[in-house]
Amino acid sequence: MLKANIKNDFPVFQNNDLVYLDSAASALTPKPVIEALKEYYTDYSVNVHRGVYRLSYQATKKYEEARQTIADHIGATFAETIFTRGASSALNLVASSYGMSNLKPGDEIIVSELEHHSHLLPWQQVAKKTGAKLVFVPLTKAGRITVENFKKVLNDHTKMVALTHVSNVMGYQTPIEEIIRLAHEKNALVSVDAAQSVPHQSVDVKAMDCDFLSFSGHKMCGPTGIGVLYGKKALLDAMEPIEFGGDMNDYVDKQTAHFKDTPYKFETGTPPIAQALGLAEAFRYLDAIGFDDIKAHEKALLNKTIEALNNIEGVVVYNPSAETAIIAFNLNDVHPHDAVSFFDEDQIALRAGHHCAQTVIQFLGVPATLRAAFYIYNTEADVERFIKNVKEAIAFFKAAGF
Amino acid sequence: MRDLKNLYRQIIMDHYKNPRHKGLTSEEGYIKEHIKNPSCGDDITIQSKIEDNTVKDIRHEGTGCSICCSSASVLATLLKDKSVAEAQTFTRNYINMITNQSYDKNFDFEDAIAYQGVKDFPARTKCATIAWLAFEQTLKKQVK
Repeated sequence: MLKANIKNDFPVFQNNDLVYLDSAASALTPKPVIEALKEYYTDYSVNVHRGVYRLSYQATKKYEEARQTIADHIGATFAETIFTRGASSALNLVASSYGMSNLKPGDEIIVSELEHHSHLLPWQQVAKKTGAKLVFVPLTKAGRITVENFKKVLNDHTKMVALTHVSNVMGYQTPIEEIIRLAHEKNALVSVDAAQSVPHQSVDVKAMDCDFLSFSGHKMCGPTGIGVLYGKKALLDAMEPIEFGGDMNDYVDKQTAHFKDTPYKFETGTPPIAQALGLAEAFRYLDAIGFDDIKAHEKALLNKTIEALNNIEGVVVYNPSAETAIIAFNLNDVHPHDAVSFFDEDQIALRAGHHCAQTVIQFLGVPATLRAAFYIYNTEADVERFIKNVKEAIAFFKAAGF
Repeated sequence: MRDLKNLYRQIIMDHYKNPRHKGLTSEEGYIKEHIKNPSCGDDITIQSKIEDNTVKDIRHEGTGCSICCSSASVLATLLKDKSVAEAQTFTRNYINMITNQSYDKNFDFEDAIAYQGVKDFPARTKCATIAWLAFEQTLKKQVK
């Protein structure tokens, strides 16, 4: 059980009677994370890795401690934990660096229709530029990636597997460990998009044995503008940087430069310092609540919502079997953008659209969907208010002539 | 009471359920503009035919919410047979009204006045303007 007053940790609720169901896009920010950001700007507020003065040393120490905290939480080492602008940048780094240099005509890249654009488009580019072939795991009727279907596309040509851990539209959990095991048998590497899993469940990269794993800060109560790429040390050592400039080199002359070791060679320019401190704090905050309790809490809200939706005439749920708390749905005969305005009137924040995953929407065969995504601060009262609004919306649009 | 009730007025619902001038044509003399709103998936194509400095015809096709689809139908109904100058003035005033920019307060918007409530829903202004922006582009393409 989560503590009952968890909403008090999130200042945004002080001035808003908000039912926030868009956490799959961005989670809200709790006080300790805001304090961590404030601490940086108030107490250090200077650059890292550069100054020889005391304040810069202090900022650098805090920044690198944050990296170690984050590494510890995902079972990685310091050198394997690269800061990026977000999950998108992290996923792009794998494709731009590893993909562009190592793939060639005849190679195959396995992706799926469940991928977020940030995990599909980089590999589309790699395929286009290198001549490798993009291959899609056939989804089941329900829209799932299964081990059985993965085996249908895995073969000796497979060099890279780029799959989501949890779908941002369907909420399905990919059986990633088994997929990774099978991919490694074929000497293929696996890049995991963990943007929707790291905020909600304990993820250990060593236990998973993934080669690359990416996630964002802002989906897990951390700040915007920071994400993490985990990569196996040996792979990162062999990979080229994709951005060049200050801080990533250790020797420069007129014609050549020598780069630092990972993680620094992938991090040119002034890094997201405050954001790193904030993200480390977000990990501590979620850990203190406990990922087992978070999962149980979300599951209870999900079950309650799905059960209620099942009893309402005029709603279609596209992923009733989802194991994580993301619900893709529509009101019959009502475009999601019309529907979302109705919910907005009662300060219920839902997402409407294609959720940066147009191939999923195409798979579902609809123009767009509504999406409700639950997190730690959602309550049973939120579910009740949401369900009440679903019923009222159906009546409203019916009366309006939809 | 919800403001939304004011938004879904009869004119909007009528054009949403019974769109006029819907469907594209392959006849010659039409200029086409396709606009997608990537954030919500609205996807509208407008064709217009200009002859003798007059908007002879407007066609539309696409998918979107009620505000988006109905506004394409209202646009086609209202601007057909207007002079290019009238159509341009109408379009600019309409877009500016919806997006809270300065416009002629005395302008006669005819049935398009039904959309004035959209300005109170900033998240929906794109829906109400996408067809009009596409139409404006077709004018720009053929009126030098």
